[in-house]
Amino acid sequence: MLFGMTCSMALAQTAATSQTDRIAVLEKQASDNATAIAAAQTAGDNGWMLVSAALVLMMSGPGLALFYGGLVRKKNILGTMMQTFAMMAVITVLWGLVTYSLAFGTGNAFIGGLHNAFLHGVGLMPDKDYAATIPLQTFMVYQLMFAIITPALITGAFAERMKFSAMLVFMVLWAFIVYSPMAHMVWGKGGFLNAALGGRFPCLDFAGGTVVHVTSGVSALVTALYLGKRLGYPKVPMPPHSVVLSFIGACLLWVGWFGFNAGSALGAGPLATSAFVATHFAAAAAAIGWGAAEWLRQGKVSALGAISGAVAGLVGITPAAGFVTPMSALWIGLIVGVCCYLMVVKVKAAFGYDDSLDAFGVHGAGGTIGAILTGVFANSAINPIFGAGKATGLLEGNGHQVLNQLVGIAIAWTVSIVGTLIILFVVDKVIGLRVSEEDEREGLDLSQHGEEGYDWAH
Amino acid sequence: MQKIEAVIQPSKLDAVKDALVEIGVSGITILEARGHGRQKGHTEFYRGREYSVDLLPKVKLELVVSDEMLEAAIQAIITTARTGTIGDGKIFVSKIDEAIRIRNDERGEIAL
Repeated sequence: MLFGMTCSMALAQTAATSQTDRIAVLEKQASDNATAIAAAQTAGDNGWMLVSAALVLMMSGPGLALFYGGLVRKKNILGTMMQTFAMMAVITVLWGLVTYSLAFGTGNAFIGGLHNAFLHGVGLMPDKDYAATIPLQTFMVYQLMFAIITPALITGAFAERMKFSAMLVFMVLWAFIVYSPMAHMVWGKGGFLNAALGGRFPCLDFAGGTVVHVTSGVSALVTALYLGKRLGYPKVPMPPHSVVLSFIGACLLWVGWFGFNAGSALGAGPLATSAFVATHFAAAAAAIGWGAAEWLRQGKVSALGAISGAVAGLVGITPAAGFVTPMSALWIGLIVGVCCYLMVVKVKAAFGYDDSLDAFGVHGAGGTIGAILTGVFANSAINPIFGAGKATGLLEGNGHQVLNQLVGIAIAWTVSIVGTLIILFVVDKVIGLRVSEEDEREGLDLSQHGEEGYDWAH
Repeated sequence: MQKIEAVIQPSKLDAVKDALVEIGVSGITILEARGHGRQKGHTEFYRGREYSVDLLPKVKLELVVSDEMLEAAIQAIITTARTGTIGDGKIFVSKIDEAIRIRNDERGEIAL
């Protein structure tokens, strides 16, 4: 019996030991699994974000350059494309040196600081506040692509008449005075308008309705007004020299916009899918909206109208992309498509300003309307940014959000108008903004770059 | 020898060219051209702005043929280039004094 007891105790002990071991093994397995899952998540998210960054750059390089390049006269195609391409080089260097830090570094509610200048501290570990599963450098380079395309959008307003040198200085100053503060206010930690990271006025801007489109569009209008009309405008015909190029460019923009909007989820999860779907639906609805308006007025749908509508819809859905259902996206697209058509065709004609390629008509107007509609359609089921079950947009019962959106828009308009006017005044006094009449007649390709886009003789 | 200058719709070029080769025309020169006749072009809309386009894309054919071949060539062009709508183009005929083949100094119809 004693033997039996000893034996059973030994057995119990053995059982206890083996149970502890088993638990330890299971715990280790679980921990390994969690690590593996986290690693997979990080790899997946990082993969998507790097692709998204490349997609957004594709919007500038071939996309916008072709879209704008086709819309100008053929003597200005290289000058126009170079304005976008120059942003890819200049803004990139500036971003690494200082403007990333001003936009996303720690600072006050209106501007970041210089702690991250020269990319100090921007390494391969994630920043938990901005994006917990991707290296901070991925976040930095993704945001850089936005900083490139935003000033490039402005070039549409002053196409065919601005000095290349003046354009470069203008854009460098603009990155400091307009873009960096706006990006910090809306997306930076503690930014005044940041809805996710402790802002005073939670303005919803998923992928840059205010930061990208309102600032560029409004600055575009200010620049077009300051510079004055192109020689001969509106009496001399200035039709696009190649709608084909514009068509290709617009389609590249549409594709790239998936990186722009769905990438703004900062991960490869369901929110990215939601933003992707909303983006696509809005672009399609806006192409139909603009096209239908044209059909009613002129009896035909033009190719340029259809692609312009799609771009307007993409602009309009940008702030809303990660907050709305696919059906809301259809409404946003349709409304923005028709409104931008009226801006470009009716309002511009009524006021007589020469926004050459409708940077304001599409981006300024589309961005502003989209930002307001974000406050209307934002849905907590898609993105519970204010907490689970808490109403997000007007249709859910949070009418206050429309007011917040208006505050964001008002700030973006103010910063853009004041900042751009100061820059234009300074650049005009120091080096002059506009090419000479002779250079303008000759075209920017030859006068600014000494080459031609098309050599008809060979 | 007669020179035929024919301004036609670009889309009709291949058909006209084939028809001329078929009747034995040996040489032909094609020029891309822009112009208008009586109808003065058309209007185009770009983002709601109306532009009147009065220089339309055309193709100009130049060929020199023998006197005997003139009518056949004209008929070949007319029948193949005609769509019956405005803008089909025109044919001009003028007399040619001399034709010289640069390669071997041949002159007259033999040089065609």
